[in-house]
Amino acid sequence: MKKQLAVMFVLILGLFLVACGNEGGTTSTSDGEQASIGMVTDLGSVNDKSFNQSAWEGLQKLKEDHGYDVKYLEPQSDAEVEPSLLQFVNNKTDLTWATAATLEDAVKNIAETNPDAKLGIVDSALEGVANVVSVSFKENEGAFLAGVVAGTMTESDKVGFVGGMEIPVIQRFHAGFAAGVKAVNPDAEVLVNYVGAFNRVDMGKSAAATMYDAGVDIIFHASGGTGNGIFNEAQERFNAGKQVWVIGVDKDQSLEFGNDITLTSMMKYVDQAVYDISHEALTGQFPGGEVVRLGLNENGVGLADTSDINVSQEVLSKVEEYKEEIINGNIEVPETP
Amino acid sequence: MKRVEKVLELKNISKKFGEFYANKNINLEIGRGQIHALLGENGAGKSTLMSTVFGLHQPDGGEIYVYERQIKIENPNHAIKLGIGMVHQHFKLVEDFTVTENIILGMEPKIGHRINMKSATKEVKDLSEKYGLKVDPNSKVENLAVGVQQKVEILKALYRGANILIFDEPTAVLTPDEIGELLDIMKTLVAEGKSIVLITHKLNEIMSVADKCTVIRRGEYIKTVDIKDTDENELAQLMVGKTISKQLDKNPFNPADKILEINHLHLVSKSGRKILDDVSLTVHGGEVLGIAGVDGNGQSELVESIVNMIETNTGEIKIKGQSTKGKSIRDIFESGVSYVPADRHKHGLVLDKNISENLILIEYYKKQYNDGLNLKKMLIRDEGKQKMQAFDIRAESEATIVRGMSGGNQQKVILAREISRNPELLIIVQPTRGLDIGAINFIHNQIIRLRDQGVAILLVSFELEELLSLSDRINIIFDGKIIGQVDPNNTNDTELGLMMAGKGV
Amino acid sequence: MNAVAKHMKNRNILVPILATIIALVFGAIIMLIAGYNPVIAYQSLLNKVFGSAYDIGEVIRAIIPLLLSGFAVALANKAGLLNIGVDGQITIGAVASLLVGTLVDFPPIIHGFTALTVGVIAGGLWGVLIAYLKTRFTINEVISSIMLNYVALYLSHMLIRGIVPQEGSQRSALIQDSASISLNSLSELLNGARVHWGLFITPLIIFGFYYFFNKTRYGYETEVVGLNNHAAHYAGIKVNRIITRTMFISGAIGGLIGVFDTLGVYKYMAISTSTSGVGFDGVAIALLGGNTTIGTTLSGVLIGVLKYGSQGMQFGAGVPSEIIGMIISLIIFFVAAPGLVKKLLPNMEHTKKEVQ
Repeated sequence: MKKQLAVMFVLILGLFLVACGNEGGTTSTSDGEQASIGMVTDLGSVNDKSFNQSAWEGLQKLKEDHGYDVKYLEPQSDAEVEPSLLQFVNNKTDLTWATAATLEDAVKNIAETNPDAKLGIVDSALEGVANVVSVSFKENEGAFLAGVVAGTMTESDKVGFVGGMEIPVIQRFHAGFAAGVKAVNPDAEVLVNYVGAFNRVDMGKSAAATMYDAGVDIIFHASGGTGNGIFNEAQERFNAGKQVWVIGVDKDQSLEFGNDITLTSMMKYVDQAVYDISHEALTGQFPGGEVVRLGLNENGVGLADTSDINVSQEVLSKVEEYKEEIINGNIEVPETP
Repeated sequence: MKRVEKVLELKNISKKFGEFYANKNINLEIGRGQIHALLGENGAGKSTLMSTVFGLHQPDGGEIYVYERQIKIENPNHAIKLGIGMVHQHFKLVEDFTVTENIILGMEPKIGHRINMKSATKEVKDLSEKYGLKVDPNSKVENLAVGVQQKVEILKALYRGANILIFDEPTAVLTPDEIGELLDIMKTLVAEGKSIVLITHKLNEIMSVADKCTVIRRGEYIKTVDIKDTDENELAQLMVGKTISKQLDKNPFNPADKILEINHLHLVSKSGRKILDDVSLTVHGGEVLGIAGVDGNGQSELVESIVNMIETNTGEIKIKGQSTKGKSIRDIFESGVSYVPADRHKHGLVLDKNISENLILIEYYKKQYNDGLNLKKMLIRDEGKQKMQAFDIRAESEATIVRGMSGGNQQKVILAREISRNPELLIIVQPTRGLDIGAINFIHNQIIRLRDQGVAILLVSFELEELLSLSDRINIIFDGKIIGQVDPNNTNDTELGLMMAGKGV
Repeated sequence: MNAVAKHMKNRNILVPILATIIALVFGAIIMLIAGYNPVIAYQSLLNKVFGSAYDIGEVIRAIIPLLLSGFAVALANKAGLLNIGVDGQITIGAVASLLVGTLVDFPPIIHGFTALTVGVIAGGLWGVLIAYLKTRFTINEVISSIMLNYVALYLSHMLIRGIVPQEGSQRSALIQDSASISLNSLSELLNGARVHWGLFITPLIIFGFYYFFNKTRYGYETEVVGLNNHAAHYAGIKVNRIITRTMFISGAIGGLIGVFDTLGVYKYMAISTSTSGVGFDGVAIALLGGNTTIGTTLSGVLIGVLKYGSQGMQFGAGVPSEIIGMIISLIIFFVAAPGLVKKLLPNMEHTKKEVQ
């Protein structure tokens, strides 16, 4: 028995060595016939239920619809970001996406040393690099609508905002939300807490508990994974017979946390943005050097389709009204609180 | 119904470790309701014998009878089932657990899958009242004094249904008050029908509680005596035997200057036990001062405080007239002290380094062995070779890793290192423990040679023979106190044995 | 007889080598089960590592911190200490060199050298803190060092935000060009691979490790403390001093990793939510290399190659890079459980004889 095992082992080993000994030449490049798109994640995987996943879904849809060759790489450390981008660039990938603002420096470096390559970056306002398109969202506009919902539906006249870190992008959520609340309910109070991290479920939970205890009945969050703690806290209170609400962010979080506590979600349509811009770029309309700002008008942000489950038609039509006003330019939503 | 009178009987029990007999043809009979003392020096084989009874190892020969039925005791669990309980010298308690939790550990009363703490606590309480073992069942063991922890050990054995209790040197760790209490507890236990084997080398304890005493010496059965028919003198003599002190060739005793002087040294342990109690002694150049005593009476603390490995509470140590206060270990070595520690593996050697590397352990930092940065590897190797020859260290080469060498050769490495440093004071503890006769003779001759050269030698040993043949004077240490001094040419084993067992002259 | 002795001697080296092979085979089997082609996967791995001048430069960049981390841990191990706080020492070294690199005005090279020195000393002092807690309060270094990792991380956040922030982003401002320790002309030759002074300093550290333990009296006493601190105490060696000194050097090597990252690779320091994890890789590398110079070097290179090559595997064969993480874990597993591998050894010997 043991001997058999050993023999098998040697065989497999031999196979492996032979395989390795094969011409270590060209392994894989894009086949040249189809346009190719690459994507480099920030330090999360493509299954992160967030930006990376959303962007990857956009690319997969491109593959389905137009047959593009799409690939992703998941760098395991900050240092691997540049080599990963270069991997695509050196393989003559037609467009390479980076999915987070944290990759800005790497994208800029690679773009400058490889002027022929085309790159895109999501959620960033990188300007003036001719071969990079930046996609930025007008989060304040979407958040405004979330504010309208919260301001109308709050019974305690107290709503909350939980932010991950006090950085410009999160401040846009904050500003838009507060403005939306004030627009429909000048008496309402907006409690704010920046917890300082995007991955601290525990801190999200305690921030939510503090707010709910203070009488808040609706919390809007822009805090990534930290927000999961807010949902947990809301669920516990719901189970204990007390109705409190959370407004989700970036994607339709009711799909993950259920309709008992998810009032609505403010969407950032990353998949759509990636889809549209990629297609444009590959068909000759690459908006290099630009920052594409996607707001309500461009359908880059908005409220989730599932909103009508918990939000009455009446409120939703009010949301529609404000949306029109913003698109028309009658209301200008502030970017800083 | 016939009442069984012999609860435990051993017939011709032998136990060999390698070629060495730890026990040889030992007989022992324990009667019901008796306290039977097992007396012998360190290493006489008492603990080995009782470990055999407790099933920790199997005898190589002989028979064990429990309640007059021959039985092979497979393991400690088997022994416990037979009603044998052991109170170890080093307690086997879980510090974080309460008294009750410790006692019931492994035999918990249960309701379903839950431990029935209530009934357990009650049972422990009942037991402790019945035998006068005052312990609070709910206190944590780590908060208990040593004497109380011992009571927990006793309760543990009783809880497991022990009728035969083996106490392994139970008083070694206790304060005098606690000893008195323990002896009373033993009397209560036998009054309740238990039988006790008391392993000890303290004569006064035997005289005050035991009914019978069996003496073993060097693994061999000597004699069993009734306590009412004997006295301490006889016991002491039986314990140490007739030592033929082999006269070693040595120069006439001619002490020179005082090299080591210790005045009123005190050391108290954290638990408040006096480890060193007003120790004073002197060693002159050209003399061997022997320290006699049973292990654990403060010898190691005494020598470690001389080289400042540990700090004492009060007292003064002078080497060549200079106080050692505030000096580092290295300072003391540099002032002409060499030290052969008792535990070669723990202190004396770095087992995973080779011979030549161990030979420079104390002095590697000196110019002699390095150029300020680099070790002089060639020189160290050459010196290693020389010392191997000079001290008859048998190994493949000076690059042999010490771990694999025999005890005698390991000891010679230490000796080579310490003697080559040309000390004025040599502190040497248990220099021949576990060695064969050849190595012993070699080491003894080295010690005498140094003495004749005028070196002051402090020799700590548990072997009377060694002390008698090497020492010019012998101080006896007991319970941290120097309780007397004898002239080796003018003493006998009985006197020494009595003093080592705590009986004054 | 001689052959047997030789065999026994080789056996200890054989274990990690066999562990590596077994782990790679395991990885291949798992790839097969998951529907990937292991041949293409391993080819793309190698291709990624040696495929271009850029990649060779970058793989060196990736190996340097792993090597240094391995030696930082190995050094502490030699003194009987388990330093799992290298991550924290990296962070402290990085932030210290960042501050000097951004705030001070010095001419080039001198600036880089100063920032490097400050970073190294800061990392060393962070290590000394662990030693102090151990020697003064007998706090186990494993616990204190892992906890201090968090302290270091959040301290770095505080310092970056408070002193050298970059508005609107999750990182510090860039260091001044004069503080850069990049090797620019070599980097150009390597198509922009981020090579830096570490290319020369790392071999020096490795040689220093060898020299320290094989030649010097300081290495000797460090080893004595590690092998038997009771004997060291008996021999008059000041054990606490050796522990402190060792942790200083170990921490300084950790600090050096942070310095290289900050001044040589990124030119800034990110406000990241966790430490880099390189320190923990170092524990694995030291274990794999048996704390020896050659072993630690080889295992550092191996892990670096595997990690860097994993991107190529993902690109070329679509194999998720987690597979490489798994293979590395398996290597460590087999080395940590040498019994498993040794069981295989006599069998191999046996079959060989039968073939003859």
